[in-house]
Amino acid sequence: MRASVIVFPGSNCDRDVAVALQRACGRRPNMVWHADVRLPESDLVVIPGGFSYGDYLRTGAVAARAPIMREVAAAAKKGVRILGICNGFQVLCETQLLPGVLLRNRDLKFICRTVELDVVNSDSDFTRNWKKGQKLRIPIAHGDGSYFADSGTLKSLNDNGRVALRYCDNPNGSLEDIAGIFSENRRILGLMPHPERAADPELGGSVDGAAVFKSLVQALA
Amino acid sequence: MKARIDVMLRDGVLDPQGKAIHQALKHLGFDTVQEVRQGKVIEIELAESSHEQASARLKEMAEKLLANLVIENYRVTLQD
Repeated sequence: MRASVIVFPGSNCDRDVAVALQRACGRRPNMVWHADVRLPESDLVVIPGGFSYGDYLRTGAVAARAPIMREVAAAAKKGVRILGICNGFQVLCETQLLPGVLLRNRDLKFICRTVELDVVNSDSDFTRNWKKGQKLRIPIAHGDGSYFADSGTLKSLNDNGRVALRYCDNPNGSLEDIAGIFSENRRILGLMPHPERAADPELGGSVDGAAVFKSLVQALA
Repeated sequence: MKARIDVMLRDGVLDPQGKAIHQALKHLGFDTVQEVRQGKVIEIELAESSHEQASARLKEMAEKLLANLVIENYRVTLQD
């Protein structure tokens, strides 16, 4: 699997996700700087967590207009899998590769803890190693994770199996407890929880997140 | 030419910062406050001489970057 990780000024989960990818497929991902205008040939593009551009204007808004994102959008059009984690999810919403937007947490607090998640749809290249209805434990770490979309968009997400994960105990005010969604063709996944932080047994916590990387390797190897 | 763009959350979008400000105003005894919404003001200086052209450019800027129309409305005001 040829993976590329996009690195913005302020990304801070890029190296963690690179480790998780390398462990899963044995190959180092390309680290692609935001100002690059060419994306290496990739099966998977990851937009990692962090605080790109200091969250100025709106979370993900400035990163979404970086030169490399035009290439990412072009890759998405060709069906390349795209995974946006936390700030990456916010960036994908701002580029309109995914619908809706992530707003300030309901209680205005930055939340950093492991949460319980419900697998809503395991029928994708990202989620095939989970089971529908399975409960996962994966950390979140965000100040702006409250998912918002208009009612028509929410209905279409529900009707088309595009909700990937919901929070069991909504921490941030997300509409309908949404923690992760797919694009229409399910080749793009955006999620607020950090699977790369729950992928290493040596850290002693949950390893429920490792399934995302395993699934992608199975689908794309 | 100077312009000012006001960006506000749309009605119906939860504004926890506005709610927190409202709460603080109540604590200060301003008990007639009924609602508070917080937005952003962006000032832009641009080298355009025609108001019409400037308005068109500012609309484009607002819609491409300054506001996210899923959750926000914007208003452009040209000054002098």
